[in-house]
Amino acid sequence: MEQSRLREFERRCIQEEPAECVAACPLHVDARSFVMAVAVGDWDGAWKVLRKTMPLPGILGRICDHPCELRCRRRERGDAVRIGALERACVTRPAPTHRVLILPRRDARVAVVGSGLAGLTTASDLVRKGHPVTVFDSYETAGGRLLQFPPELLPPKVVAAEVAALSALGVEFRLGESPSLEELRAEFAAVFVEGGEEELQPAGVGPDGRPVLPYDRQTLATQWEGVFAGDEATPGGGSATGDGLSSGGRVSPVGLALQGRRAAVSIDRFLQGASLTAAREKEGPQPTRLFVSLARVESLPSIEPEDVGGAYTAEEAQEEADRCLRCECLECVKVCDYLHHFGSYPRRYAREIYNNAAIVQGEHKANRLINSCMLCGLCTAVCPENFSMADLCLEARRGMVERGKMPPSAHEFALEDYAFSRSAAFVLARTEPGRERCSYAFFPGCQLAGSNPAQVEAVYEYLRGKLTGGVGLILDCCGAPPTWAGRQDLFGQGLADILRERHRLGDPMLIFACPTCQDVLAPHLGTGTHVFLSEIMEETGITVGAGGPTLLPRGLHDPCTTRDRTHVQQSVRRLLAHLDQPIEELALSGQITGCCGYGGLQANANPQLAAAVAVRRSAESPLEYVTYCAMCRDSLAAQGKRILHVLDLIYPTEEDPAGRRRPGWSERRENRARLKARLLRELWNEGGGALEPWQEVQLIIADEVKTLLDTRRILVEDIQQAIYHAEHTEEKLCHDSSGHFLAFFRPRAVTFWVEYSLRDSGFEVHNAYSHRMAVERQV
Amino acid sequence: MASIARLSEDDLRWMCCRCSRPLEVGPVELTYLGNSFTLELPRCPDCGLYLIPEELATGRMAEVEQILEDK
Repeated sequence: MEQSRLREFERRCIQEEPAECVAACPLHVDARSFVMAVAVGDWDGAWKVLRKTMPLPGILGRICDHPCELRCRRRERGDAVRIGALERACVTRPAPTHRVLILPRRDARVAVVGSGLAGLTTASDLVRKGHPVTVFDSYETAGGRLLQFPPELLPPKVVAAEVAALSALGVEFRLGESPSLEELRAEFAAVFVEGGEEELQPAGVGPDGRPVLPYDRQTLATQWEGVFAGDEATPGGGSATGDGLSSGGRVSPVGLALQGRRAAVSIDRFLQGASLTAAREKEGPQPTRLFVSLARVESLPSIEPEDVGGAYTAEEAQEEADRCLRCECLECVKVCDYLHHFGSYPRRYAREIYNNAAIVQGEHKANRLINSCMLCGLCTAVCPENFSMADLCLEARRGMVERGKMPPSAHEFALEDYAFSRSAAFVLARTEPGRERCSYAFFPGCQLAGSNPAQVEAVYEYLRGKLTGGVGLILDCCGAPPTWAGRQDLFGQGLADILRERHRLGDPMLIFACPTCQDVLAPHLGTGTHVFLSEIMEETGITVGAGGPTLLPRGLHDPCTTRDRTHVQQSVRRLLAHLDQPIEELALSGQITGCCGYGGLQANANPQLAAAVAVRRSAESPLEYVTYCAMCRDSLAAQGKRILHVLDLIYPTEEDPAGRRRPGWSERRENRARLKARLLRELWNEGGGALEPWQEVQLIIADEVKTLLDTRRILVEDIQQAIYHAEHTEEKLCHDSSGHFLAFFRPRAVTFWVEYSLRDSGFEVHNAYSHRMAVERQV
Repeated sequence: MASIARLSEDDLRWMCCRCSRPLEVGPVELTYLGNSFTLELPRCPDCGLYLIPEELATGRMAEVEQILEDK
């Protein structure tokens, strides 16, 4: 992945955008973290958050005019969180001890004229950066207009304590002195004039006799090089939004602090010879792109303090802070078990995946993250900025395949299954018996054929009866497994075969019974060349089949591959209405439908997570479900959910189709092979091919062993081959007490071990397991 | 990987059918994705037929396979 591509992904995830309160603060004090610390009674933690960004917290924490509250999202559900009052509650408590980190001392000296909030902020910021700072004030006491605040709000001793703390850090205070600007420029490398009181501060008057005022509101530069000035009349002017900095003509304390901070940044840059203007857009109040859903937020009024002076007790403060919404987006993480499972959010995942590709030596920690995504697109559908985890993971998978870094076990089983479905055992492309060409071709897909082959036959018969112009049949796999595995090479080969066969049949309109097949192949077919089965059925007056399930209300599970095919989703709804099947819409349905856990080969790369995804999807409604994807049906059925395929209503193959267990991997392959053989025999009068000798091995397998084999993805044919090999070579172990045999066989990159015993009617299988490591046999 | 696999008593009750000899613990070389290890495992002293016990295959061996795949 190119770094620019990473940036593109990162930019789309807005989880790390500042909360409104933080963005609104001229100093970007992390009010959200502060309030969250107060909410849990962590006052030391709250203090630390303030100290990190807020200059002179003892002062500003008491008198801040809190523009943050104007943009607090809680206002839309009650009152804004009283962040200002919480800050006061915090800074009136004892401060935890801490060490101030001061950068190595520099030579250039800085003069600050005026010891109000702006001047002290400049001094505080610059002394931390290692600059020797001297503060001048014509008065004998430092504090400037801070001393005019009512003492109950800002006690003079608090101002004195902050001044003393600055002195302790090395700031020199020369009080009662009023040097001129010329004198200061002669002695200091840079000067900041706080402004506002020119008559008392000769430095506030320039050599031309006019007041020293900034000509640039952002840099606070004046017409004299190295001289910067504040302007109390418009503190914080020139900011991006300019709001919240002064109210009712009163000077905004936090606006003054911003001026002080801007002056410090300018002076530091000036002394280093750096640009005064570059990359300063983020100073001051900002807009934010953070999305916060208020969908399930109940309205709550603010907590009124008992104290007549309006001060919160610790308990009241905690209660007030607890009203904070802890603003964050996480829209995608809320609805996706996969995103939740890995403990973070897409922006960080993008970085992890980008770094993963760069690792040469060492563990590729993001492999599992990359290979576990369902590629279902739900995150994109719910994201305000359309972040696509599917694009991110699929690009990463393709890159891993190209670099030979794809873990072999991740998708191998699915790709072997794909190879089976593309082999002569299943592939078939025929026109309707007795016709040269056909107007339609039914493409049932490998999963419906594997899950319920009888329904494939029934649908094909129905289509031949209803449609004119001939209905051909194409048995094949659409190529979803190689697509999801990042194997474009394999997909390309399969696609070429399918397109060639379709052309041979007379370029018929394809009728899909599987939404995934349609989703995978549609981009390679022209418009108007394919339809979904329901679109044919809803127009032909189809009815429910005899002996089918009762028409209870059922939850409708839209397969994730129909997300962008609203017309298919609508067609299925009309078909169900036509069949008198009442449905309930799940919370996640239509364009924001959820995956069953099979998408993206999640069930292969991370079976435990896929099971959890299916369980969550199943739990969305206590009702039985109905769906129109064989794989969705089987994935949810495997977790015990009662679920029907729409075709179960029309062509019921058993008494209780909703309770039908998911056919295992072996059974799916057998179903596909038998379907082809039967269709060939019955419709085209062709016999099947000869069996391999190992296929004659008769097995007896108890149900619990079958389940174990399926979980371990060991096929009946693997077992047949292992036993055949053992019995014909005598290469086997036998147990001295149970008399069981142990066969092993390595037909490909996997070794299978099978424990079995001989019975009259065949071989009883007791256990089987596999590993991928190869063994060098040494005699 | 440790050079001695944890074996159960039962693992040594398997016999090589062809040689009719009980298995004895001896060195067996395993390879995966270009990495090799030697492990002490039950093997036939005559023909070298070996046993990978289920617990090893589905436990530690699977873990090591995963680690090597993520390298």
